[in-house]
Amino acid sequence: MTIAATEPTPASGDPRPLFGAYGIVKRFGAFIANDRIDLEIRAGEIHALLGENGAGKSTLMKILYGLLEPTEGVVTHRGETVRLASPEAARRLGIGMVFQHFSLCENLTVAENIALVMGKGLGRRALADRIAALGRTYGLHLDLDRPVWSLSAGERQRIEIVRCLLQDPKLVILDEPTSVLTPGEAENLFAVLERLRDEGRALLYISHRLDEVRRLCARATILRGGRVVGACDPRTESAGSLAAMMVGEEVRALTRAAAPARSPLAGPERLRLDRLSLPAPGLHATGLRDISLGVRGGEIFGIAGIAGNGQSELFAALSGEARAPEDGAVCIDGTPAGRLDINARRRLGAAFVPEERNGHAAAPGLSLSENAVLSRYATASLTRFGLVRRAAARALAARVIEAFDVRKTGPDPAAGTLSGGNLQKFVVGREILAEPGVLVVDQPTWGVDAAAAARIRQALIDLAARGSAILVISQDLDELFAIAGSIAVLQAGTLSRAVPRAETSREAVGLLMGGHPVVPPGRIREGAAHAT
Amino acid sequence: MTLDMVQMILVTVLTAATPLIIAAIGELVVERAGVLNLGVEGMMICGAAVGFAAAIETGSTLLGALAGAGAGLGLAALFGLLTVGLAANQVASGLALTILGLGLSGLVGAPYVGLKRDPAPHLEIPVLSDLPGIGRLLFGQDAFVYAGLALTCAVSWFLWRTRGGLILRAIGDDHTATHALGLPVRQLRFLAVLFGGACAGLAGSYLSLAYTPFWAPAMTAGRGWIALALVVFASWRPARLVAGAILFGGATVLQLHAQAASIGLPGQALSALPYVATIVALVLLSLGRRQGGSLAPAALGRDFTPHR
Repeated sequence: MTIAATEPTPASGDPRPLFGAYGIVKRFGAFIANDRIDLEIRAGEIHALLGENGAGKSTLMKILYGLLEPTEGVVTHRGETVRLASPEAARRLGIGMVFQHFSLCENLTVAENIALVMGKGLGRRALADRIAALGRTYGLHLDLDRPVWSLSAGERQRIEIVRCLLQDPKLVILDEPTSVLTPGEAENLFAVLERLRDEGRALLYISHRLDEVRRLCARATILRGGRVVGACDPRTESAGSLAAMMVGEEVRALTRAAAPARSPLAGPERLRLDRLSLPAPGLHATGLRDISLGVRGGEIFGIAGIAGNGQSELFAALSGEARAPEDGAVCIDGTPAGRLDINARRRLGAAFVPEERNGHAAAPGLSLSENAVLSRYATASLTRFGLVRRAAARALAARVIEAFDVRKTGPDPAAGTLSGGNLQKFVVGREILAEPGVLVVDQPTWGVDAAAAARIRQALIDLAARGSAILVISQDLDELFAIAGSIAVLQAGTLSRAVPRAETSREAVGLLMGGHPVVPPGRIREGAAHAT
Repeated sequence: MTLDMVQMILVTVLTAATPLIIAAIGELVVERAGVLNLGVEGMMICGAAVGFAAAIETGSTLLGALAGAGAGLGLAALFGLLTVGLAANQVASGLALTILGLGLSGLVGAPYVGLKRDPAPHLEIPVLSDLPGIGRLLFGQDAFVYAGLALTCAVSWFLWRTRGGLILRAIGDDHTATHALGLPVRQLRFLAVLFGGACAGLAGSYLSLAYTPFWAPAMTAGRGWIALALVVFASWRPARLVAGAILFGGATVLQLHAQAASIGLPGQALSALPYVATIVALVLLSLGRRQGGSLAPAALGRDFTPHR
């Protein structure tokens, strides 16, 4: 492993770092989330914090923002030891935070959400003026009277950023800021971040996306297992070498088996949607309009799109959690299944992996073997006369654990005790071991570390190579371009025409994801949002 | 029907609505902060018993009312400790609080059963109180009625015009987000629970000090539950709450008159009216809001435990 510790000269001329964290230890019971971490952040730099899930990034950030108190260690501000007892205290020192899962109240308006963290005695008018002035400076426009629930992820992030900048922070912490943005929105964000850096502010940038880190950041600190394992200048590293430092092993490149090389037209059509339309099921939901698609055996079909454009609703309609109005709207292996329930569809050879691990794909309080029963009892012989065959359930769970290298504590622990990546490997493995003819996966590697993500993607490719039809719904374009044979975009409940991966580009898909009406000529042959 | 008869009916409706308004406005604040306290009935009945006992012992209606509010506050503090402090289940704790309150009130009130005292004095303004048609309605009520309306205005102003009110609504909407911003989720929730308890206690003492100036066990007769239904009916908005309370108070009065006039409808059906109205209102409200957002405080009834 290479540790290239390049020390750029601080912009301010002050040799002391703007903020320093030294010997930070944070224990939760017996678990050590942060183990003697040292971190120095200088004014005028974008400092990357890299690490897998569970490496301790979030814990460290929460300590710097005053949400958690370290068990040991000190935080300094320009060389002076400070105590960050609360986010309020951190804000007073000039530390601002842009959360990954936005800390916005959905039923309040934009203005109210911003006013929440502003000091006393600031009138509505004065606040609106300041927000407008800031918006002009950085190109961040906000509609102050809209309730947050009606806004897109990009708009919500703008609120977070504006709220943070209104306090004139010296250090801005950004947690996975681009995970929910379209490529275009991400570009705008980068422009704002670069401008903030040039103003002499420090930014701590947390991201899984190594390309972004290499583009934006001049220094990176890498965490693994709660410890600092390296520091480097990401501009001089490759994405592969950064990933290797994060996981401590070279990430295996995906081996493309026969699947994508073979023409997708070779296999029979195993999953078909025919003009599927569903009204929006709830307050925050999106309706589906005229969605048609076909997935052949051996094919991985990718559906791109920004969260909230009908992904959950489409998944529900595919899995049978929501029933279609006509049987013919959903066909599994040629059988009309639109009005069948989940188990009936499983008996037709379909399997489903929902987006949410805890609470949807798995019940966190139940053991792994019990969770295996939950999705497989209709198809694997795990019950007899209505009673659970515990030995068979445990054997099935053990097979999944073995095949997918699920790391756990104890022989049959509760699902909720596994880390995100390991639980995801378990729920994906549980379905794949059933050798489904049709597999529908929503966000297969969301919030999963690089090694686990590679394993899951490889398993999907291998399953397709064995003749299954796989539908992957994902917001991660890199993922879709890595595994899918053809890609369509779900936007506002309508699906664009599917295009072979080789004939499209990230930019073209990104434009469709943003609901962009104008498609550059020659990139995608068909306009947006028309079902085949 | 003369103008004075109309006024008579309106005065009865308003007095029947007052305990509902006071108890419900307190619960509205509690629920806006994201806590569901089902113990309103228990806090109310304790307020009635303690308020009456204190008024008999001191001879002062004001001290009685304060003692009643204090009793509600004490029970609410227990509830707050359990649910906000220790993240106990709110529904179970609230139900337990009602049962505890009913028992405690019987204990406290036992020596005072059968005693009587003068009802709380009514406002007397020369000329104004004697105006035909409106004098008694507008200028001849007791202090509780005016206090209830003033409380409603104050709560409305607090929730939508002050920073504290904004933070309270935000906490009721999403406690995780507001905690992440460093706002005092548990402290503010505890204060809201205390306010709700004091209001319920005050509403109870109105019953035993003004509405029917004596103490009888279980004299709240389900008004605490009506107050809870009223908050939902009002979709967590103070102005609608007053309108709803007058409607519900009207139904109570109507039920009495209907029984006296012996019209064919059984009294039970009329007593059920407020609840039927609540269910209908809920259905209409949810039908009218398909596009997004939620009417109820989104964090209502959910436990919150920060870890540091």
